[in-house]
Amino acid sequence: MIEYRIERRSGVSTYQQIVQQTKQALRLGVLQPGDKLPTAREVVEQTAINPNTVLKAYRELEREGLVEPRPGLGTFVRRSLARPEAAADGPLRAGLVEWVDEARTAGLDREDISALMTSVLEQRFRTGVTGSTGSAGDTGAAGSTGPADPAA
Amino acid sequence: MTDATAATQAISGPPAIEAVGLGKRYRGDRWALRDCEFTVPAGRICGVVGANGAGKSTLLTLAARLIEPTEGELRVFGEASSTPETRARVACVTQEKPLYPSFTVAGTLRMGRELNPGWDEEAAQRVVDMGELRLDARVGSLSGGQRTRVALALALGKRADLLLLDEPMSDLDPLARHELMGVLMAEAAERGTTILVSSHILPELDGVMDHLLLVQAGRIRLSGDPEEILDSHQLLTGIAEGAELPAGTAVERRVRGRQVTALLRTGEPVDGPWESVRPSLEELLLAYLRTPLPPSATATAPDREAAA
Repeated sequence: MIEYRIERRSGVSTYQQIVQQTKQALRLGVLQPGDKLPTAREVVEQTAINPNTVLKAYRELEREGLVEPRPGLGTFVRRSLARPEAAADGPLRAGLVEWVDEARTAGLDREDISALMTSVLEQRFRTGVTGSTGSAGDTGAAGSTGPADPAA
Repeated sequence: MTDATAATQAISGPPAIEAVGLGKRYRGDRWALRDCEFTVPAGRICGVVGANGAGKSTLLTLAARLIEPTEGELRVFGEASSTPETRARVACVTQEKPLYPSFTVAGTLRMGRELNPGWDEEAAQRVVDMGELRLDARVGSLSGGQRTRVALALALGKRADLLLLDEPMSDLDPLARHELMGVLMAEAAERGTTILVSSHILPELDGVMDHLLLVQAGRIRLSGDPEEILDSHQLLTGIAEGAELPAGTAVERRVRGRQVTALLRTGEPVDGPWESVRPSLEELLLAYLRTPLPPSATATAPDREAAA
């Protein structure tokens, strides 16, 4: 189960916030296949937003094949967005750690590395407009977890 | 009942509210409302927005059948006049929050229970409990915000299909506002209740309403789904000199030094030396509120356009 945080002045529509936060929970494994999403009633009671907005967000997630409604029971997670390739012990992460260490040795600080990473991601993901919106969240996550790790 | 069934149930049947040529004139020839045409489908959370004195309260009072229209009709669930059935389906919290000051909180709830066949004690009690009100306190000794809570408890206990709330949150603290708005939204989620809620605090309704009625000087200026209304407007920012706005679409145009800002009624970004963006709800409402209607304008034309 997850709890949504609705930021009214963020400029992102309420319905998009629910979709994005659900996807983030699916990526991080906070939500896993078989888990139940909170009911519209539970969400609106806690966030004081319009119930139709919640239903619209759930329909969008359903359309993307991520969740499914089970009549009389609620809405359940169908598939995860967690990527085993990106796991803590995976080779992709190890390669990134190595690269970040190299960049620090070369004298780049955290902001330099983050800017470089963002710039390369922008460049590599620019082709294909439809793919770029979905991966925008990914770029943010990779940019922040990557450089933060070696400092730990 | 699940969320989905409540939502679909609300779609069939007549609209919750339908105004046809609606007008209300008080003594002294002042028209509080005139030529109002709009529909609020059942199951919507409808925000009634407007300046003080625009006619919001008159509209809600007409819907509650506390006053009669001077001309035209206001149909509630398809009924043009008050019937016992519609009276049982409608609950209203006016700004005055008429309660008996000598009654205790418990006595007020008992009155609700005895007057309403479908009374939901649990719903009413929960609203009272959330405010930590003492059941033996006299209503007359309560603060304004506490009385609001009792009035909302009565309205929710009635299990109405249409809730009419006139500035319900104005004397509540931010936490109580959030809590009670949450309770109202939960009620709507579970039972498909239609809610008409007026406010002059715009952010309070952002994210809450899925239907907007903008009341201005007794007319309905905008009516429809706020997202669709926003989609059909563009906010332009650019250099004022030589700026030619597309004809006939400007809701508001303001010049500050070299800069011009304009709200246009068009869904397409406007070509030219502009930054053209979809406005936020607050930007849109403020632009309309700052711009009085020309005296000859009828309120119905933009209404239909926005609702389409």
